[in-house]
Amino acid sequence: MKYKDYYATLGLERNATAEEIKKSYRKLARKYHPDVTKEPDGEEKFKEVAEAYETLKDTDKRVAYDQLGSHSPGQDFRPPPDWEKAHSSPGFSFDDIDLSDLFSAFSGSRQHTGRNGVKAPIPGQDYEANAQISLEEAYRGTELELNLSVSEYDESGFPHRVQRTIKARIPKGATDGQRLRLSGRGGKGLMGGRDGNLYINITLHPHPLFRVSNHDLFLDLPLTPWEAVLGATVQVPTLGGKVRLKVPPGTRSGQQLRIAGRGLPKPREGAGDLFAIMQIVVPPMPEEQERTLFKALADISTFNPREYLERS
Amino acid sequence: MQIEQTEGFWLHERYEFSLAELAELSGLPEADLRQWVDEGVLMPTNPQAPQWSFGLDRLVTVQLACRLRKDFELEPHGVALVVTLLERIHALESEVRDLHAKLPRVIR
Repeated sequence: MKYKDYYATLGLERNATAEEIKKSYRKLARKYHPDVTKEPDGEEKFKEVAEAYETLKDTDKRVAYDQLGSHSPGQDFRPPPDWEKAHSSPGFSFDDIDLSDLFSAFSGSRQHTGRNGVKAPIPGQDYEANAQISLEEAYRGTELELNLSVSEYDESGFPHRVQRTIKARIPKGATDGQRLRLSGRGGKGLMGGRDGNLYINITLHPHPLFRVSNHDLFLDLPLTPWEAVLGATVQVPTLGGKVRLKVPPGTRSGQQLRIAGRGLPKPREGAGDLFAIMQIVVPPMPEEQERTLFKALADISTFNPREYLERS
Repeated sequence: MQIEQTEGFWLHERYEFSLAELAELSGLPEADLRQWVDEGVLMPTNPQAPQWSFGLDRLVTVQLACRLRKDFELEPHGVALVVTLLERIHALESEVRDLHAKLPRVIR
């Protein structure tokens, strides 16, 4: 079993009072809790802090933890012989057990035993995982392989760390920030309790062309000045292949043309739209003849886009 | 090592479910959920009806409320306040994301 220094995790001395333990936990929880901050590695750090607090806030668990003695963090150690006897059944091995599982098992057996010693059902734990997929995968639906490190109970009711690989089918309909439930893929329920669920938070990789807003997509569509003035039919990429888009004459920069149903598919039915944002682009290095023609246009045109500025 | 294959299901607001199903899925007693409805943490789609329905995306809110209650040792009013503020932050973040999506990039 690997040693973890719960006092150091909370930034405390071994003789800290219960009040100090609580204060330090609350401060660190506000700093690292993934729901309230965007601290990098916040989730990992919060888990460590919560695990330390879970054990140290409970008087019985704290006494049992203190009896393990002090070791350097990560060091392999064995609990003292009388400790093992007091806290486990014969034949139980401490070798592949995580310290946190050991202490959560303490409360597990206490909370779930009723007054007359009858064990109540324990629902399986819900797991959460994050997955990043590409826009193309969200469009077509995809399959993900998730590797989870979870605790599972053995026949004698003791938790152990196991690696589980779960293949999850991600149906069409994903978009940024959407959540998926895989029923019954969390921890196993005990004593007839339901199995936990696995929740997956989906985020999308940024795409070089398309930007995502819910199920709608946005694309910049460059036009030449003459295409904008005269109108044109241009080819536009979509996730389902290229389409031809009719740009009407007199199109302005920033105007959006909607291509219906070419966004991301929605969960139940239908799909979002693709919006092409018109961008009028000028030739960076016009040829001599182009310059001459633009000059001729400048000489004859009476169009003044700044008229309203001159009036004020 | 076992490999298990399973089909996913979107938590989308257009799917609806009852208070009992919400309790079953979140593993919380119905009484806690009723209290959160009273505190305004959780809004049914039909607050006036005798049998409440909830959008499936409310499950995310329930799980958030549950984590906040446990991890910050908050009482119901505190949970309601934090959930309200966090949902406002999420709505603002998603608005910023939308605006970014609609903002043309400068084309060189």
